[in-house]
Amino acid sequence: MSLLRYESQVRPALVEGEKDYHQVTEDICRPVEAKPSKLWWIGFLISAAMLAFGILSVTIEVIYGTGQWNLNRTIGWGWDITNFVWWVGIGHAGTLISAILLLFRQGWRTGVNRAAEAMTIFAVMCAGQFPIWHMGRVWNAFFVLPYPNTRGPLWVNFNSPLLWDVFAISTYFTVSLLFWYSGLIPDLATLRDRAKKKWRKVFYGVAAFGWTGSTKHWQRHEALSLVLAGLSTPLVLSVHTIVSFDFATSVVPGWHTTIFPPYFVAGAIFSGFAMVQTLLVVTRKVLGLQEYITLEHIEVMNKVIVLTGSIVGIAYLTELFMAWYSAVPYENFAFFENRLNLNSPYGWSYWIMMGCNVLSPQIFWFRKMRRNLVLTFFMSILINIGMWFERFVIIVTSVYRDYLPSAWSTYYTPTIWEVGFYMGTFGLFFTCYFLFSKFFPVIAIAEIKHILKKNGESYKEKMDTVEKQDTEKFAHDQEHDH
Amino acid sequence: MAVKKFVTGNFYDEAVLFPAVKKTRRAGYKIHDVFTPFPIHGLDKAMGLRDTSLHTAGFIYGITGTATAVGFITWALTVDWQLNFGGKPFFALPAWIPITFELTVLFASVGMVLTFCYLCQLAPFVRKDHFNPRSTDDTFVMALECTDKTNDGEAISFLQSIGATDVQVQYKETGWWLGRYDKDTKRFERKDEAVH
Repeated sequence: MSLLRYESQVRPALVEGEKDYHQVTEDICRPVEAKPSKLWWIGFLISAAMLAFGILSVTIEVIYGTGQWNLNRTIGWGWDITNFVWWVGIGHAGTLISAILLLFRQGWRTGVNRAAEAMTIFAVMCAGQFPIWHMGRVWNAFFVLPYPNTRGPLWVNFNSPLLWDVFAISTYFTVSLLFWYSGLIPDLATLRDRAKKKWRKVFYGVAAFGWTGSTKHWQRHEALSLVLAGLSTPLVLSVHTIVSFDFATSVVPGWHTTIFPPYFVAGAIFSGFAMVQTLLVVTRKVLGLQEYITLEHIEVMNKVIVLTGSIVGIAYLTELFMAWYSAVPYENFAFFENRLNLNSPYGWSYWIMMGCNVLSPQIFWFRKMRRNLVLTFFMSILINIGMWFERFVIIVTSVYRDYLPSAWSTYYTPTIWEVGFYMGTFGLFFTCYFLFSKFFPVIAIAEIKHILKKNGESYKEKMDTVEKQDTEKFAHDQEHDH
Repeated sequence: MAVKKFVTGNFYDEAVLFPAVKKTRRAGYKIHDVFTPFPIHGLDKAMGLRDTSLHTAGFIYGITGTATAVGFITWALTVDWQLNFGGKPFFALPAWIPITFELTVLFASVGMVLTFCYLCQLAPFVRKDHFNPRSTDDTFVMALECTDKTNDGEAISFLQSIGATDVQVQYKETGWWLGRYDKDTKRFERKDEAVH
């Protein structure tokens, strides 16, 4: 038998069509080596324009101060921290796909991990903007780092969740970047060795770090990937746990709950997968990679969405129950008046959150719906809207009316510069993603080749015939012997 | 850096490559390396390479991170400048767990990646010879290192007999040098007649 590996026929193929190793290289490198299409230019320019508007918004905020935003003494955290938590959450799916699914030996991750990891890095870049520019005097941003200073030295408060965040987010960004790039090196070497033009040879030659594909190097590379995955797995859980500590360690009604860490992590994976779907449903179509990012992949991710969405739903209900069960009037007010009551000023946002995050994903219990691309795309947008409102609900509806009515706030609406800043991070995210999809292979070439003979459609078919023949022969022999 | 002489052969199927590696070792040839487009599990064992100790290095880096975090925070908050945060003890170990964990991960990851790059001699602008550019595409390239005693003809016919195709003699530098990959790799190839 010429096939080295075997996987049950029950599992669907992950690479469709008749492929060999060279064909895989060709298919995935084609979009990188072709000239950018008109569609790419349109998308890229729109993103760049949004980024430019974001830069303008931030510039105005820096020149005139955070007063340019509609934050006040009661709502100190408005859109900015909502956006921060939202972007960090989106990043989590990439690490889940690349690290946790690697540890679980899930073959389907190979089709989507590269793009998802890139998404993680860009999302964390966007997230980081918000706390940094929210500082107001951003030129003093380095104060958050523990460095020897002339003020004592007065060290940062290592007991504060906000400082934990500094360490968590920066570590998360660094580790994700290293993980992503170390995985890219062999594929960049593939592009380098295929390059015809001079600039490509130089660019990919420099970027590939002189990778040759030596067996010893692969052995070390495998060890590195596995350990980085092992490190990233608790890391990704810790990051959103720590983000949730920003709220959970306070004594604000609505924030002061022990359920936050698991609830935030589930929500993060939920929204992250939705963003992966948004990107991949389009990417696979535009770059013609349907044979690698198959309907199977989309369906599996939709299953993760319905699972995590339901976990989030249970968390919402648990919160309500605990608020009632605690018999604390402030908790009760935060949940049953500020949120659940549709007629309260922000009641609508709670119901948008419930509708988008808990009710709408339930449609994915149906296989036909999970495999419907248009619906998947629509749902992915809906879920991300819902998850944005989740953070908005947690932040704004908790603080705008908490203890003393004299400290209550008026209705909070963002200014154009707050909205512009958020738009700008979309610009940053998509500009980066467009550049990534143009200059880097959006699918991990080496990893696809690694699973090709086990999960490729044509190989599975071959194996099926071998298996059937063997079974018949076995049955025949048995009959003969008796 | 020394220019050495190699006999190289291409394989297209793992099922041919594995027995070929075994036969080559048994026949007493020195396998310089096998270049593959993706990791092939078990090939390192078949070639007789020892396990990598990168894991151990990672563990040591991680422990260093833990020690750095705990040591530094303890010193800063209990010795150098004591601050009273809401009447809590100065030595508030549970509150330091998040940062300790993050630094453990950070040190382990950064340390491991740097060690990996050092061991494999990977860096921007590093150039290496690797016999056949298709070995990053779809070909498994086995390179036998020729010594004074090696008979080229025998080595070539041996490689052909174990299933290699496109077998040839190549002269290559074994180490790395600085470059950008925009020049032809032929720089270090020599004609057969030049070597005696």
